Amino acid sequence: MAYTEDDLKKELETQEYEYGFYTNIESDTFPKGLNEDIVRAISKKKNEPDWMTEWRLDAYRIWEQMEEPEWANVRYEKPDFQAISYYSAPKQADPNKSMDDVDPELLEMYRKLGISVDEQKRLQNVAVDIVVDSVSVATTFKKTLAEKGIIFMPISEAIQEHPELVKKYMGTVVPKTDNFYAALNSAVFTDGSFCYIPKGVKCPMELSTYFRINEGGTGQFERTLVIADESSYVSYLEGCTAPSRDENQLHAAVVELIALDDAEIKYSTVQNWFPGNKEGQGGVYNFVTKRGLCEKNSKISWTQVETGSAVTWKYPSCILKGDNSVGEFYSIAVTNNYQQADTGTKMVHLGKNTRSTIISKGISAGKSQNSYRGLVQVNSRAENARNFSQCDSLLMGNECGAHTFPYIEAKNKSAQIEHEATTSKIGEDQIFYCNQRGIDTEKAIALIVNGFSKEVLNKLPMEFAVEAQKLLEISLEGSVG
Amino acid sequence: MLEIKDLHASVEDKEILKGINLEVKAGEVHAIMGPNGSGKSTLASVIAGKEEFEVTKGSVSLEGEDLEEVAPEERAHKGVFLSFQYPVEIPGVSVTNFMKTAINESRKAKGLEDMPAKDMLKLIREKSELLEIDRKFLSRSLNEGFSGGEKKRNEIFQMAMLEPKVAILDETDSGLDIDALRIVANGVNKLKSKDNAVIVITHYQRLLDYIVPDFVHVLHNGKIVKSGGKELAMELEEKGYDWIKQEATV
Ligand SMILES: Nc1ncnc2c1ncn2[C@@H]1O[C@H](COP(=O)(O)OP(=O)(O)OP(=O)(O)O)[C@@H](O)[C@H]1O
Ligand SMILES: [Mg+2]
Repeated sequence: MAYTEDDLKKELETQEYEYGFYTNIESDTFPKGLNEDIVRAISKKKNEPDWMTEWRLDAYRIWEQMEEPEWANVRYEKPDFQAISYYSAPKQADPNKSMDDVDPELLEMYRKLGISVDEQKRLQNVAVDIVVDSVSVATTFKKTLAEKGIIFMPISEAIQEHPELVKKYMGTVVPKTDNFYAALNSAVFTDGSFCYIPKGVKCPMELSTYFRINEGGTGQFERTLVIADESSYVSYLEGCTAPSRDENQLHAAVVELIALDDAEIKYSTVQNWFPGNKEGQGGVYNFVTKRGLCEKNSKISWTQVETGSAVTWKYPSCILKGDNSVGEFYSIAVTNNYQQADTGTKMVHLGKNTRSTIISKGISAGKSQNSYRGLVQVNSRAENARNFSQCDSLLMGNECGAHTFPYIEAKNKSAQIEHEATTSKIGEDQIFYCNQRGIDTEKAIALIVNGFSKEVLNKLPMEFAVEAQKLLEISLEGSVG
Repeated sequence: MLEIKDLHASVEDKEILKGINLEVKAGEVHAIMGPNGSGKSTLASVIAGKEEFEVTKGSVSLEGEDLEEVAPEERAHKGVFLSFQYPVEIPGVSVTNFMKTAINESRKAKGLEDMPAKDMLKLIREKSELLEIDRKFLSRSLNEGFSGGEKKRNEIFQMAMLEPKVAILDETDSGLDIDALRIVANGVNKLKSKDNAVIVITHYQRLLDYIVPDFVHVLHNGKIVKSGGKELAMELEEKGYDWIKQEATV
């Protein structure tokens, strides 16, 4: 039988979201709604010192005065912030437990997600800090890392154990006042990761965190803070999948990276949250603020593969403050069905001889909308700043959209800014060529998409690149051009 | 091996193939010639199963099996190969990766495991030597920026890798320089056996000096209007198509 586009569509409809299952873990969940008492209660639950409670309250008050932003090229029903529960912790969580003590149901969930928290990761040199809903369940390899003086722990622990570092850096890159979601996150974040690499230390393994959303109607507000001290190096991986749900789930994370003089941070994300069903119902709202600060001669690279979420609003950015610092942004954003993504980056050149590279690959299928929004800003004192941007869009079918919004603000005449953009469609001739060689249409699309995304996939650490390739295939199944 | 009976095919309600009959047996080489626009590439596409063309009448069968309901990739698995007149580019996908995928997809269809990397490498080495292809070339994106001749040589490299039962070479000679023509033709001859068949579509007698056909057919206006032995090709080279066109309209 000839395999037609219609067959493919049918297959996609009947296909459950690959990672869409719901694990029944008892949770200790706060009543819905947000007010100062809830903020205090979160802080208390976490045994936080007073300064942290005050910091949260301050953020809450700022947030209350703010309006949800409207400028992104996305349309969605605004979340009801009073209908969300702001704290949920798996009941049996205890950071001092060993993996043997972890709820077997949780372990089963990790297994289904293909995440091994055991020997395999050790062999692959990956330390894992797992966040289920809002509390860390297990932290591994802490010891190996501790020997090098590397701190890698849930941020709630860091607040207890390294308050001086948290106090010094948190909110310095993404201030509480930065935007609506960042302010909200600052008030109610429940967990996330903290990482500090001491001077001159090269982190010997890829650090990785997996985030999940597991309790119906619970928002997730992670907070990640990575500090690479002078001349240090770290590669940080973040990946996520979520159980499928009917109602929209809000996710508003904040990630702050600080690269001190001569340091380098690589931050890679593979994101696969539930994108909603084929009618566009359900799915995660992903409003993330990610920003890195580069001091002298330092470098920050963001690499992201975004395949999930119903609505994505995400602009990993670099503030190139120090002279000769380098910022990079490599992104693949896939949208299918009714997904909407407005993503891109901001490169702010403040220092002399600062350089930035932006490679953005947008793939749209179904009825989805995929927007790239990028700002390259060159400050008046940033002599010899250079930027290269390349935005490629690949369209599948006639009902999807790709949009590019590149903004350039150059206040220094010596700036060299290059922008290239292409839009292409997967052609029937390309597919037939593959078919003729024995490659079916589905696989042909995967091949073409992988080829299109190669420059970015190549930037990912090996084990992540394989996972990312698989994700691309899964998210585009059934979308023939 | 390949049997085409009263084949009619159209695109957008325009009939292009108007009743083609052709039988190709194992071990044979057939040449198809004919003026521009006569339907040679269309015939090749229809044999390969391109859905753009609608078969309105007649049939194509391979080893006794009617191919009507067989998808293009399944035809490929069954041993149909088309060397394209205009090979398409697939940016970012290396020749090696493409071939690896093609071979393993065919194996999967036959219930076989992926070819072990070691064997794959050996095969690539062997076939690239046969066609005198620099292996650096194989890590380049498929057809992207390839010269006309490189594209054609790469098509035959793929044929060598896939070892088809019926290979259709659509103007593989055009764009090849004299040396490349010899190399490619030698490659095709080496791949030829009593168990497979080759159909060469060409405008020039030159190729047929290397790949010697058992039969030559002339396609005109969607029909095979004349068939003969290899001497027919020489006659065409000398006289052009006018006399055949006239014969056909009489
Ligand atoms: N997709 C299409 N839509 C409309 N007409 C088509 C299409 N494909 C082929 N044709 C027409 O069908 C006829 C036969 O084309 P075909 O490519 O088979 O010729 P050919 O014999 O291979 O010619 P050449 O020697 O130039 O390669 C031509 O008139 C061509 O314009
Ligand atoms: Mg032709």
